Parts: sequence; C-alpha cells; structure tokens
Amino acid sequence: MSAETAICGRYDCRETFAKTLEALAETDERIVAVVNDSVGSSKLVGFQKRFPDRLINVGIAEQTMVGVGAGLANGGKTPFVSAAACFLTARALEQIKADVAYTKTNVKLCGMSSGVAYGELGPTHHSIEDFAWLRLLPNLTIIAPSDRWETAEAIKAAAATEGPFFLRLSRMPVPDLKRPAGATFRVGAAETLRDGRDAAIIANGVMVSRALEAAEQLAASGLNVRVVNMASIAPLDVEAIGAAAATGAIVTVEEHSVRGGLGGAVAEVIATSCPCRVRILGFPGFLPTGSPEFLLERFGLTATGIAAAVREIVGARKAA
Amino acid sequence: MSTSHPLAELTRAKARQIRRRALGMVYRAKQGHPGGDMSVADILATLYFGALRVDPANPNDPKRDRFILSKGHCTGALYATLAERGFIPIESLDTYMQPLSLLNGHPNRNYTPGVETNTGPLGHGVPVAIGVAIAGQIDRADYRVFVVVGDGELQEGSNWEAALTAGHRGLANLTLIIDRNGLQQGARTEDTAKLEPLADKWRAFGWDVVEVDGHDHDALLAIFTAPAGGRSKPLCVIAHTHKGQGVSFMRDQVFWHHGALSQSQYELALQEIG
Ligand SMILES: Cc1ncc(C[n+]2csc(CCOP(=O)(O)OP(=O)(O)O)c2C)c(N)n1
Ligand SMILES: [Mg+2]
Repeated sequence: MSAETAICGRYDCRETFAKTLEALAETDERIVAVVNDSVGSSKLVGFQKRFPDRLINVGIAEQTMVGVGAGLANGGKTPFVSAAACFLTARALEQIKADVAYTKTNVKLCGMSSGVAYGELGPTHHSIEDFAWLRLLPNLTIIAPSDRWETAEAIKAAAATEGPFFLRLSRMPVPDLKRPAGATFRVGAAETLRDGRDAAIIANGVMVSRALEAAEQLAASGLNVRVVNMASIAPLDVEAIGAAAATGAIVTVEEHSVRGGLGGAVAEVIATSCPCRVRILGFPGFLPTGSPEFLLERFGLTATGIAAAVREIVGARKAA
Repeated sequence: MSTSHPLAELTRAKARQIRRRALGMVYRAKQGHPGGDMSVADILATLYFGALRVDPANPNDPKRDRFILSKGHCTGALYATLAERGFIPIESLDTYMQPLSLLNGHPNRNYTPGVETNTGPLGHGVPVAIGVAIAGQIDRADYRVFVVVGDGELQEGSNWEAALTAGHRGLANLTLIIDRNGLQQGARTEDTAKLEPLADKWRAFGWDVVEVDGHDHDALLAIFTAPAGGRSKPLCVIAHTHKGQGVSFMRDQVFWHHGALSQSQYELALQEIG
C-alpha cells in the first residue's frame, strides 16, 4: 500500500477503495462500478481506464444510479455504486429501501466522503444522518472502516458476500491502526483494539484512531479504557456491547449525528439488556460553516474531547 | 446582434465586479466553483441590475420577484451579486467559507438575506420555484419567479417532473434559465448523459423556449425585461455560456469546475477581467 500518498502519516482511504476494487475487478468479471458524474471524486479514473465498459456513469442522477445498480445485480453483475454519501443516501433513499434492501439485491453502495469531509460546503453536503436512516433498513449490511486495511477488507468482504452492503468511506486522512499479527476482518464482529476495565469507548470510521489516542491520554492519568472498533453497525455485535457495558461506562464516538447512529444502536442494546452509563459523542444537528477539522474540534470529536467525556462519565459513576 | 439596452453598460460593469469579487473569494477560501461562477455572472448581473424587483431594505417583501440559484455551488457569484446589490456587506465576502461564516459554501436563507431557499443538492430549485409561481397565481400577485439551473443539473429527474407540472399549469410567471456551458463536474454533458436536443425537450413539455448568448447583456436584458403578460406558458431560456468565461485559462476547461487559484493565476484573472 506504499504507493498511496501519505499526508503526515495519514491516508485518504478512497485510494485504497479504488485500488482494491480494481484488483478485484481484474479477477472477477462481474464487478462493475456505477457513478453519478463522480468518477474523479470516487477515485475511479484508473478503473475507468482499465475497464471502460464496466464503469457506468449515469450522469447527475442518484435515484437512477441506485436503480441501475439493482438492475445490474439482477443481470448477474456485482455493482459497486459509488457517489458522495450525502447524495447517495439522501437522494436515493427510497431506491435503497425498495430496490436494494427490500428486494435484497447484490448491490454494494459506497458512500464516499461521508461525515463532514465536505466541511465548508455545509449541511447539504455533510453526511451525518446516513447511519440513522440506513440502519432502519433490514437486509442491509453497514460498515464504516477505520483505516486502509479495514477499507480493503470491507470491500473484499462485500464483493465476496451476496447481498446489499453500504460502505461508508471517508476522504479524511487517517493513520494505519496497529493490529495484532494475523488480525482478521469479519462482518458483524467488533474489534477490541485495546483492553481496559475502567470504561469503554466504542467508535468507528475516522473516529477510531482518535479514540485510541484518547485511551493513551487516559492511561497516562491512570484510567484503563477499552477501545472497541464497531465498524459494522449492521449487523451489530451485541456481545461486544455487553462486554463494554461490563466496564460500567461507555462513550460512543462517531462522525455522525448523535441521534440514531452508532450511539443510538449501542443505546438500544444497553437500555434493553445491559444497563450502564452511556455518553454519545457526535454532531448535534445542522452544522455551522467550517473545515472538517474545525467542526470535529468544535463538537469535541478529538482525542482530547473524547478523553474529557470519558473522565466525566467515570467521575459521575464514582460520585453516584 | 441584439440592439443595445439602456441598462447594458451598467450590468456589464456589475458583471465585471461580480467576477472579480467571486474570484477573490475563491482565492482566499482556497476552494469554490469558479468555472460555474464565471459562466453565470452575466445572467446574475442582468437579472439583479436590470430585471428583478427586489429591495435589499425589505428582502422579504411578499410582492418581490423571486430568484433561486438552483446550481447552489456557485455561491461565489451569488454572494458577490447580493453584496453588489446591497443585500449583504461587501466586507462580509472576505469571510466566505471561513469558520462560522454566514457565507457557507452553499446558500442558506437563514444566514443570508436575499436567498429564497437553501440549495446545494442539484435538482431542487425548479420544484420550489414552481411552488412560488403557483402561490403567485393563487394570490393573483404580479411577481415573477426566476430560477437558474446548471445544464449538468438537468440530468436530475426532479427537473423533468417539475417541467411537466409547470407546463401542465401554464405558469407564465415562471422563467427558467439554463446555464448551458456544456460541462458538468467531470466531463461534457454530451459525453455523460446527453441533453440535446434540449430546446425540443422543453417545448415538448409545454414551455416557451428562447435561446440566447448567455454573455450578451443586451440580449439577456431584452428577454428578462419583456412583460410576461402576453404568455400562457412558462419560459425556458437556454443561455449558451462558457464555463470560466472571462478568464482565458479557465474558459471551457472542466478542470475549473471546482478548485483553488494560485496568486499568479488570481492576478492574471483580474487583469483579464479588467
Ligand atoms: C444531487 C447532487 N449530486 C451531485 C452533486 C455534486 N455536484 C456539484 S456541482 C456538479 C456538476 C454540476 O454541473 P452543472 O449543473 O452543469 O453546473 P455548472 O457547470 O454550471 O457548474 C456536481 C455533480 C450535487 N451537488 N448534488
Ligand atoms: Mg454546466
């Protein structure tokens, strides 16, 4: 993966997405890409050059794009339908519901530049509602990879598994996470990246590296915090949530609204089966103007912000 | 060649100012959509300084003409126009896309007076414009509704659903302007999902159609100021434009759909615009 461009040791995972897809397409003729005038922003220029007949650009027409994806699946193809996450999910939501999830077609929806990657372009271009509205749809697997390795693994898993997928891919550069040798990716299985008994942080996507940094800060002040990467929101690893609850305090962290996403999913499990204190970190609603980093800082989605939330919740538990 | 319109000298000067300011905003913000800003500048200048009955002192006057920029990514040109027309302070343009700025990358009516509806996702402006036009008909109000769409934007199906509705209802108080610069984000429209024959499509949907050089102020003014009274159909103006118009290295270049300018590019652009 060294060919990809690093910005201060961080990587834009769209490049991994494109490389992995090209490699898969090389050996699996069924793989096609479907886009909405988003060849460049999905990093599929190379794919288009290598497989010109297998890149279908429907123009700026997301509803048609998802419907065409469903039709391609019906025709025996494995379509990777790739567009800015905000337009893919919001504009084509009924196509995703009816043509993909309900019909159970083999469509791989790739929501690019999710979260607040389009910072200054504003709430129309932020995709911080997608977990919430897609999580309601049966049959749809939802994965938010945390780094290059997990991005590649998630794409391979999606290609190898029959059925609807939504891959939430960021453009915000992230570091490669340290994993034990032989680590494997399994759809629906959470990954405990760090053990700890004082509290648990459950994060996914671009927030995982920040959660790990927060845990390090906390360890320096004597708090041992478990860090769980919940890349799969659907299916959800209920057991891992139970294990996190055993610490007595959970902080969830996502680049998403505080309503209905990862935090919502965890809270549903906690409230109905293993009560413990929960703090949900994310965005409050439509956001002001600002760069991605500005918005993450302002809403406490930094290592320091996460660590502060953990200290607060642990303090509250001790006081109770 | 159209006959000269008394306001054309003013609107041409305004268009130059809009182009200069929009490029300054994109330069300082290090991002934006300069290609589309440049292609729509003459349309905005002629509308705001030659046709629209709007009052910056009373931006919510129920009798005002309505303008909607459906291709909401071109806020460089839109905010520069609103500032030039007195809706927002000229100095505020310096805050374009800065943290907590009221000038977001896409227009927000809750932040910016003069903006009628929040756009950004393509294909939203025409249905909203139709709603305003229907409200005007119900109230027998004499305001007019103008909406600008990008040509690539026309690939969104919502436009064609809306085209049916407007044609069906004979909304003569509605004018749709297509910024026909031939380019979308990644390529030419005709190489992506072709639009031609475009005029025939709108006629078939029940609209009057005029085609115009979208950089010819006399011709634009003549169209925008013609009374709507004689018509029984909505009007579609196909404005033939160039993306990046006014700046040689941007003109007709898909590369400049979005992007940032270097200092030397910015200076050269200002020189060329004059
Ligand atoms: C629903 C939706 N899909 C995709 C985009 C991303 N996008 C922004 S501008 C653009 C190209 C627009 O081309 P056109 O309408 O021709 O505008 P212009 O050439 O005037 O800039 C695209 C695809 C969007 N803003 N909204
Ligand atoms: Mg265009």
